Amino acid sequence: MTAETLLEVRDLKVSFRTEDGLIQAVDGVSLSLSEGETLGIVGESGSGKSVTMMSVMRLINDPNAHFEGEVVYKGRDLMKLTRDQMRKIRGSGIAMIFQDPMTSLNPVYRIGWQIAEQIQAHEQISKRAARARAVELLTAVGIPHAAERVDNYPHQFSGGMRQRVMIAMAISCNPDILIADEPTTALDVTIQAQILSLIRKLKNDFGTAVVLITHDMGVVADLADKIAVMYAGRIVEQGDRRDVFYDAQHPYTWGLLGSIARLDRPKPRRLSTIPGLPPSLLRLPPGCAFGDRCAHRFDRCDERPALLAKVGDGHLDACHLDIEKKKELRETTIHPELIEEAK
Amino acid sequence: MLTFIVRRLLWTVLVMFVITVVVFIIFFKTPGVDPARAIAGRSPNPQTLAEIRAQLGLNRPFPIEYGIMMKKLFITRDLVSYSNQGVRVVQEIFAATPATLSLVFGAAVLWVVLAIAVGIAAALLKGTIFDPLLMVVALIGVSAPVFWVGQLANMISQGGLHGTFLFSWVPPLGYTPFTQSPALWFKGLVLPWITLSLLYIGFYGRVLRANLIETQNEDFIRTARAKGLTERRVLMRHNVRTSMITFVSLFGLDFGALVAGGALLTEVVFGIHGVGFLTYQALTNLDLPTIMATTVYGAFFIVLVNALVDIGYAWLDPRVRPT
Repeated sequence: MTAETLLEVRDLKVSFRTEDGLIQAVDGVSLSLSEGETLGIVGESGSGKSVTMMSVMRLINDPNAHFEGEVVYKGRDLMKLTRDQMRKIRGSGIAMIFQDPMTSLNPVYRIGWQIAEQIQAHEQISKRAARARAVELLTAVGIPHAAERVDNYPHQFSGGMRQRVMIAMAISCNPDILIADEPTTALDVTIQAQILSLIRKLKNDFGTAVVLITHDMGVVADLADKIAVMYAGRIVEQGDRRDVFYDAQHPYTWGLLGSIARLDRPKPRRLSTIPGLPPSLLRLPPGCAFGDRCAHRFDRCDERPALLAKVGDGHLDACHLDIEKKKELRETTIHPELIEEAK
Repeated sequence: MLTFIVRRLLWTVLVMFVITVVVFIIFFKTPGVDPARAIAGRSPNPQTLAEIRAQLGLNRPFPIEYGIMMKKLFITRDLVSYSNQGVRVVQEIFAATPATLSLVFGAAVLWVVLAIAVGIAAALLKGTIFDPLLMVVALIGVSAPVFWVGQLANMISQGGLHGTFLFSWVPPLGYTPFTQSPALWFKGLVLPWITLSLLYIGFYGRVLRANLIETQNEDFIRTARAKGLTERRVLMRHNVRTSMITFVSLFGLDFGALVAGGALLTEVVFGIHGVGFLTYQALTNLDLPTIMATTVYGAFFIVLVNALVDIGYAWLDPRVRPT
């Protein structure tokens, strides 16, 4: 890819001190994002995907949190910026939308006011002009009668509409990067599709790079250029979308792929699931974190696998299994119904 | 919003009507109590009793009786006190109102400003030693009884230390109307204001702190930060503004109750002849007409302030506004 690298996360570690001990929420994550690119970060709840991006925004205000590593945005390490320098980047350089649109907007202010507030925080602009821009933005994200709706309060909007408002707010200062933290999780399926196509449209229109955090492989399937799969605070597989979908290397990725209901394949009797629960971040096993839930565990899995490019450039995975062996195992893990058919 | 206000005020009128009926029933229709005897004060002669019965129409049917009473309270305002030799009760209450309003308004300004300061300071200093320290001081303020603080203030400012430069400015106990001497009005009220507001500063400071800390974890505060607002703006425009909703509704209730006579202890301790003081005197003399009139006055004030609070609440929180 020729585009310039916008954001680079290098060996990010985030831990929280708690009464029970140290929680290693993010354990050495490295990512990069180029201009206009879309990166999908996929993983279960608690895999550290949100914490990673919240750390990039430096939105974690917990005195018990400890950060290590670098977050380089346009040549500057965000971790080393002063609070005010960081504030100027938030909302104008990197913007973020969140999972629950029902609670993410302040209930006591009109939505136009809330959008204008962000514009005025970053630009010398009159109230009138900021408001006019808010109306334009609301129109751009597909809110009907934006000129009137701009004076409504958040509770007068549905969930999907509120997420549109959040998106309008996020793009109000033309950010280079939009971080969307599970933007569709709290919405019903038809609305999910609308929000995703809206994000795609904005990405194409404005050239914004997008980081899409989700637990749903289906969400990143046609939106992401690159995908990083996270498990227990680590990246277990990373690569171009095609590689991750059609040549998945890690058994955890297989599990995620297997749990998508697909319409283009024979209908399985049951959707496959990944047995067990993620390990406690308080006591991670010394070896592969996925080991306890992995059907293909063997001796070497007691040793922590490194994230390496084994199958090709830019396609990294952290699994000890032999590449040839994986090819065999993969189909049966993702599509157990194929075996049953063969019988 | 306008229809909401009108509706709310009409509702207030209805509530006031119900209150007068209930108060009337309690005072005049309690079984086994002769209201004439109760009104006449201690050891009345039969002549007075007959006079009262005739005046208040106590032998006539209930609605007429009620009507006469309301007429005496609101229209002719010539309800007289018997234990206090012919003093017109309603006029007395109106005469006492400025003193109470002066006391309560001043204290309210003090307590709102200081409680907000204490609440924000404690919330910001959470995690340091100052937060629990402030909260303990606030708790002491809440626990110290008004009559004790008031007496203590009097003892120091009127007694032992009155001669020193610290308290030589404190005038003798009592209330000077603003129209007579603004300077004396102010000087005489400083200590009562502080005494009365102490409890509320502590209480409201604690409530605000709890609300601020709760709101801090709301998603919209995270959004406000993600927007790139300054910490100061996040705090004042998003956190404090949203947290004030509880504060304001509590304030309305307390303010109403105080004006309605709840500042009784402060008024008695500092010799301020306000509505609370009047109620106190009426209670000690069993002066029924005055007690009834102050009860109605108090209830009216609370209902009125409540209506204002509801309107203010709707102004603060658009979610409760009717659309």
